Amino acid sequence: MTAKAPASAAARSGPSGAGPAGGPDRGTGGEPGGGAGRGPRGARFAVVLVALGAALVLSAVAGMAVGSVRVPPGEVWGIVTHALGLDRSEPSWSRARETIVLDVRAPRVLLGAVTGAGLAVVGAAMQALVRNPLAEPYLLGVSSGASLGAVTVIVFGVSLFGPLSLSAAAFAGALLTLLLVYTTARTGGRITPVRLVLAGVACGAVLTAVTHLLLLAGDRGNQARAVLAWTLGGLGGVRWGTLWLPGAAVLLGVGVLLTRARSLNLLLAGEESATTLGLDVGRFRARMFVLLSLVTGVLVAAAGPIGFVGLILPHVVRLFVGGDHRRVLPTAALAGAVFLVWADIAARTVAAPMEIPVGVLTALCGGPFFLWLMRRDAGRAAGRGVA
Amino acid sequence: MTAAELVVEGVTLTAGARRLVRDVSLTARPGEVIGLVGPNGSGKSSLLRAVYRVLRPDAGRVRVDGADAWALPVRRLARTLAAVVQEPGAGFDLSVREVVAMGRTPHKRLLDGDTAEDARLIEGALEAVDAAALADRPFDRLSGGERQRVLIARALAQQPSLLVLDEPTNHLDVRHRLEVLGHLRSLPATVLVALHDLNLAAYYCDRLYVLRDGAVTASGPPAEVLTPALLADVYGVAAEVAVHPRTGAPQVTFLPPEAAGTAGAGPAPGA
Repeated sequence: MTAKAPASAAARSGPSGAGPAGGPDRGTGGEPGGGAGRGPRGARFAVVLVALGAALVLSAVAGMAVGSVRVPPGEVWGIVTHALGLDRSEPSWSRARETIVLDVRAPRVLLGAVTGAGLAVVGAAMQALVRNPLAEPYLLGVSSGASLGAVTVIVFGVSLFGPLSLSAAAFAGALLTLLLVYTTARTGGRITPVRLVLAGVACGAVLTAVTHLLLLAGDRGNQARAVLAWTLGGLGGVRWGTLWLPGAAVLLGVGVLLTRARSLNLLLAGEESATTLGLDVGRFRARMFVLLSLVTGVLVAAAGPIGFVGLILPHVVRLFVGGDHRRVLPTAALAGAVFLVWADIAARTVAAPMEIPVGVLTALCGGPFFLWLMRRDAGRAAGRGVA
Repeated sequence: MTAAELVVEGVTLTAGARRLVRDVSLTARPGEVIGLVGPNGSGKSSLLRAVYRVLRPDAGRVRVDGADAWALPVRRLARTLAAVVQEPGAGFDLSVREVVAMGRTPHKRLLDGDTAEDARLIEGALEAVDAAALADRPFDRLSGGERQRVLIARALAQQPSLLVLDEPTNHLDVRHRLEVLGHLRSLPATVLVALHDLNLAAYYCDRLYVLRDGAVTASGPPAEVLTPALLADVYGVAAEVAVHPRTGAPQVTFLPPEAAGTAGAGPAPGA
C-alpha cells in the first residue's frame, strides 16, 4: 500500500482533520449486521409477497366461480383440489359444473394470471431499459407491432412455423417496432421521455391502422369480426392446449429478468454510470429487447394487446417495495396476475351477458393513471429545477 | 483497496468532425492524486470519459496497471476503476442505500446476495461522505449536493484502485468540498479528478495537468504549474499566485479586468 506524501512541501494535517479515518475499508461503520443493510423495505417485501400470493389464490377461485353459471366458491375449491388429486372424497357436484370450472374457466383464469404477470414484469423492465417511467409495451407501440404481425399471419394464412406462426409473427412485429421506436426517439445518444412516448404513439397509430386495413381488405367475413374483437384484448376462448406457450414464455421471461435484476438497477443510474459499474449497456439492452419482445409477442398472440397493465402495476408496486428490481420484479409479477384476473372478472360481469374486452377495461383505468403519472413527474422535475 | 497505475498514451478523441482531445498523454503513479484543470470545453470531461471507458479513443491507449482498459471486459475494469460522472440518473424510488449498493455490483456473480461485508462497506462509504443519516431517504428527493455525495459514496463502495471523478465538488458546500477531497487524499487508491477550483486543485493534488483546446499545455506539481503567466495564457485572466502561509499551497487570486491594471500597485481602488 502506498502512503501518500503531502502534495506540497508544507506539512499537511488535512483541513477537516479527516486524516486516515473514515475510509470505507477501515470499518468505521460499526456492525450493521447482515440484515441491517436491507432497511425497512426488506421486511415489508416479505409481507407484500405473502399477501399477494394469498390474494392470487383467492382471485383465481373467484374468477372460476363468477360467470353466467354461478358456482359457489367452496364448490370451485372442491373441484380444483379434486382435480389436482389433493382431495380424494366423492364429488358432490355435477359433471356440467366440473366442465365449466375446469375446461372453460380455469384456463381463462390462468391465461389472465400469466398475461398480467408477464405484462407487469415487461413494463417494469422496459421502464428501466429506456430509463423512462412512462414506458410500457402498449404505449410504445410494441403491442400494436405484435398485433400487426399476428394479423398478417391470419389474413394471409402464412403458417411457416405451423401452430407457432401466430406467436412467431407477433414476436417479430414486437421486436421490429421496439427497435424502430427506440432508434427514432434517440438522438445524439439521448432519449427524452416525451419523445419516446410520442414516437411510440405515432408508430402504434400507424401499425394499428395497417392492421385494420388488412382486416377490412382481407375479406374474411365473420373472421374479421372475431379478429377485430381480439385486437381489443380479451381472454375468452382459451383452451388448455394453447395455454402452454404463454405460460412458458412468461416463466422464461420472469426467470431471466430475475437473474438480471442488479443490471436493471444499474441502468437507473444512467448509461455512463452503469458502464463504470460494470454493465455492458449496449449488449445488455439488445438482449433484453429480444426477451421483452418475445414475451410481449407471445402474450399479444394469446390475449390481444392489453394496455396499461405494464404501466400501472410497476409504479404501484414501487410505492410499496421501493425501486430495487430484485423486489419490484417478483412483486409486479404477482400483482399483475391478481390485477388482470380481477379485470377479467369485471369484464365478464359488468355488462353481463355481454362481455367487455378486458383491454378496454384496462385502458379505462390506465389512461387516467398515465395522466396522473405524467403530472406527478413533471411536478417533481419542476420542484428540483431539473428538466 | 490498493492503488493502480494509470497511463494515458497519446489519446485523441473526436465527436463527428470535432476534435475534443488531441494526443494527450498523462501518467498517474499508484497512490497519486492527479488534478485535471482547464477552462470549459478544454476536454477534461472527454478525457475522463475515455479513461472510464465510455468514449472510445480514435488513437492512443488507456492503460490501467499495464492492461488496455478498452480491451478488458466492462465488469473486470469496474472492479479496478470507479467513476463519479456528470450524469443525471433517475432514482425510480431507490433509497440512498440502494444507490450506494450498486457499487458492489461488479464484485457480484449472477445470483449473489448482499452480504454483511457489503452492508459494512456501504455504511462505511456513506459515513465517509457524511451521508449516513440519508441512508433510508429516497435518492430522488435529495438536494444536488446530497446526491453528489451519495454518488461519491457509491464509487467508494466499489473499492476501486483507481478513482476517476468529474467535478466532484460541484453543488457541494464549502465544508463538504474540503471533507470529500480530504477523504479522497486519504484513500490508498490512485485518483484522477477534474476540478474547476484551482485553489482546491492546488491544495489537494500531487500534480496537475492543464488542458487547453484538448491538449496538455502544462503539467507538474501545483507550485510549478500555477504561474501568473500560464493562467493568463490559458484562462485569459490576470492572476496573482502566492504561497498561502498556513497551507503552504499556491493560492490563486484572479483579478477582474478593472483591478488587473493596478496589480502590483497596492490594493484595488475602492478597497
